[in-house]
Amino acid sequence: MDLVADWFRTLYETTGINLTIVYDTYDRQRFLSGLGMTVFLSVVSIVLSVVIGAVGAWAQGSPLRVVRALVNGFVVLFRNTPPLVQIFFFYFGLGHMLPRIENADGMMVPLVTNVQWAIISLSLFAGAFNVEIFRSGIEAVPRTTTEAAEALGYTRLGVYRHVLLPLALRICLPALNNNLVNLLKTTTLAYAIAVPETLYVSKQIWTDSQNVPVMMTVLLIVYTGLVGILVFLMHRWERMLSIPGYGQGAAR
Amino acid sequence: MTSDTSPAPASVLPVLLPFRASQPRRFAPLRLQFIHAVGFIGLALLVGGAAHAQSGADQLSALGVIWKWFPLLMSGFMFNIAISVLSMSLGTIAGLGLGLLAISLNRPLRRTAWGTTQFFRNAPWLVLLFFAMFMIPFQFTIFGTTYPLPDWVKAVIGFALPVMANVSEIVRGAVGSLPSGQWEAAESLAFSRRKTLWLIILPQCVKRMLPPWMNLYSLVTMATVQASIVGVTEMLTLTAQVHAAEGGRPDLLAPLYGFAMLCFFVYCYPIERFTLYLERRFHLHQ
Repeated sequence: MDLVADWFRTLYETTGINLTIVYDTYDRQRFLSGLGMTVFLSVVSIVLSVVIGAVGAWAQGSPLRVVRALVNGFVVLFRNTPPLVQIFFFYFGLGHMLPRIENADGMMVPLVTNVQWAIISLSLFAGAFNVEIFRSGIEAVPRTTTEAAEALGYTRLGVYRHVLLPLALRICLPALNNNLVNLLKTTTLAYAIAVPETLYVSKQIWTDSQNVPVMMTVLLIVYTGLVGILVFLMHRWERMLSIPGYGQGAAR
Repeated sequence: MTSDTSPAPASVLPVLLPFRASQPRRFAPLRLQFIHAVGFIGLALLVGGAAHAQSGADQLSALGVIWKWFPLLMSGFMFNIAISVLSMSLGTIAGLGLGLLAISLNRPLRRTAWGTTQFFRNAPWLVLLFFAMFMIPFQFTIFGTTYPLPDWVKAVIGFALPVMANVSEIVRGAVGSLPSGQWEAAESLAFSRRKTLWLIILPQCVKRMLPPWMNLYSLVTMATVQASIVGVTEMLTLTAQVHAAEGGRPDLLAPLYGFAMLCFFVYCYPIERFTLYLERRFHLHQ
């Protein structure tokens, strides 16, 4: 380990490439915790947003007008406003209204922390898009398939769970893939409310060490890697779920 | 399309089906009541936010502040829209080319296009924006004449990069989602690959591509506020400046950001309605 650190110190002295995150323990600790926070934010928001999407798409087909209107209202509101402004609105606007509670050390802390606000607003933002994506997938399933399932005596939930959702999921996977990748990248916006995620700690590090271009390159590689992992998993899943004879196999 | 994944409820006699069918109707409102409640809580939260905004209005008139600064905020918003339109046009032209390369039969070409697409899709918009701001020089010289490159032009390029990659992916996805029978039918009618692509595949793809493309446009429009983080003076920057100019009162934050949300909503919602209209119109022809 010391050898590696020494090598990177020499690299800095000879080439000016200052990778403090490798040889400086404090910076490394900061960077890794930031990376962990990004992964945590992404995983929690992805799961929550897909659940919001699937449930929302189901509720959108509800026979009750009020439910449909509520879901549509939610989707319309969150799809058509910038996520950054949403985060600001939630964190500053709504966070200001909620009561403060006493924590274990006797300090007054906000009821919902900035990390939780980030998760809430990111999940709602991506969830609104997921509702729409699942809906478009459902619309692509032929009406006759639903009718056939209904003729077989499925309940509305049964049709959705066993027939519509599996088919719709396969049709809308590329779009869902896009949106989840987008969500992972949108987690950088949590930077704006001081959530210590990768971009935030990178900025701290490049402010301390004056190595902006190096840290930016690291940042880009890290995000490319993270999204690469997600895309890889999603493509595998897409291939696993693909319907034979649907889509053009020749080009792949 | 067939679904052989549906094991029918085995124990039900055909005679009982009408009774079975009536059950979900009694069952569904019960389940929906829960979702109803969740939605209601969400609505109550939003209304609470609005009420909070109004209590701010009682003290020192949040609405008055917005009205006072309305022309300034609007000019910032117009700038956001200009950035979004420019980067979307730039990105779409580049993205169409890249998308067609990504479905080419030439393997190295396809791999390169795929790699480029993935690279620019994988980077967060904010990081690409940082990159465009730092890596593109602030002026460049052609034949001895120096042209300055203002911040917003770099922002446009910064936004156009992810747009290009996303459009490419949309093209690839749309072509891939067409039934393979279309390709086979075209082949059996002796169409060349280029003719198949231009006359059969792409015209059918347009309606599959248009909704995600418009989604992308609203994403770009909404992403333009990120330019404020890298120092382009647009609506969010101006909102923060207005907030500071009014003494930095915390109760002004919700109304001011709410107003910014409203502006984007008013602009993006008609686009979304139009997307839905197009989707519905296209489905009639299917």
